[in-house]
Amino acid sequence: MAPGAALVSGAVVVLVALAGGVGAVVRVVVDGEVRTRLGGRLPWGTAVVNVLGSLLIGLVTGLLGGPAAPASDAAAAAVLATGVCGGFTTFGTAVVEVLRLLEQRRVGAAAAAAAATVVVSTLAAALGLVLGRAL
Amino acid sequence: MSEPDARPAHRSPSLLLGVLLGGSAGTALRWAAGRALPHEASGWPWGTLLVNAVGALLLGALLEALVRAGPDVGRRRALRVVLGSGLLGGLTTTSALALETVRLGEAGAPALAVAYAATTLVVGVAAAAAGVALVARWPRGRRS
Repeated sequence: MAPGAALVSGAVVVLVALAGGVGAVVRVVVDGEVRTRLGGRLPWGTAVVNVLGSLLIGLVTGLLGGPAAPASDAAAAAVLATGVCGGFTTFGTAVVEVLRLLEQRRVGAAAAAAAATVVVSTLAAALGLVLGRAL
Repeated sequence: MSEPDARPAHRSPSLLLGVLLGGSAGTALRWAAGRALPHEASGWPWGTLLVNAVGALLLGALLEALVRAGPDVGRRRALRVVLGSGLLGGLTTTSALALETVRLGEAGAPALAVAYAATTLVVGVAAAAAGVALVARWPRGRRS
């Protein structure tokens, strides 16, 4: 890799990391506000951020991630997808919440939380990808 | 701690600044894992699986340790929000998992896509449970 390219990729890493930090802050705020409104009995906040973030990553990838996309689009996609969407969504919190529901023998709620994380989020990413490519 | 706990964590500017730093560090680590373990659209996404499994284990351990240490106030709440929601929340990701699952399906490997999503879920819940169990079984004297 040429020194210039290494410098650019170094700048991209910093932007990706900062974008992830911003995504995490927005996640904490959205999760907290959803929790305040809907209560903490079911992990709605995590479901909302994960489904929304998955829709967004599909949209970004569909818009910028085509096979003929220029390098600047690839960098923007990294900042938005790996950074913003990656930091906004969370898997660790989702599985800890599933575990807590299982410990409370709330199997139906645990299954619903798990489905929101893997099934609904995947459908949202697919929808985002289709929309992004169509735009 | 001068942090007024009357204010919810998600409305505390100082805690949100900590989330920004923790989330940035977690994202940088996740990015590095993706670079170290690259994969084709039709290949198994080891990087995402690794960060999600490690993050779930550490989050299970962290939250269990904090619950055992005392109520969720002051420094314990700050640690939960900055390290748990920020660092480990930023390290783990559901969006990449979802996108990779879709791409595996598109690449003509729908069985692999289902296996990847199911494996991540099972490994993630098991890793979180292992993190909780590790702290729960930690000898009392060795825990600070």
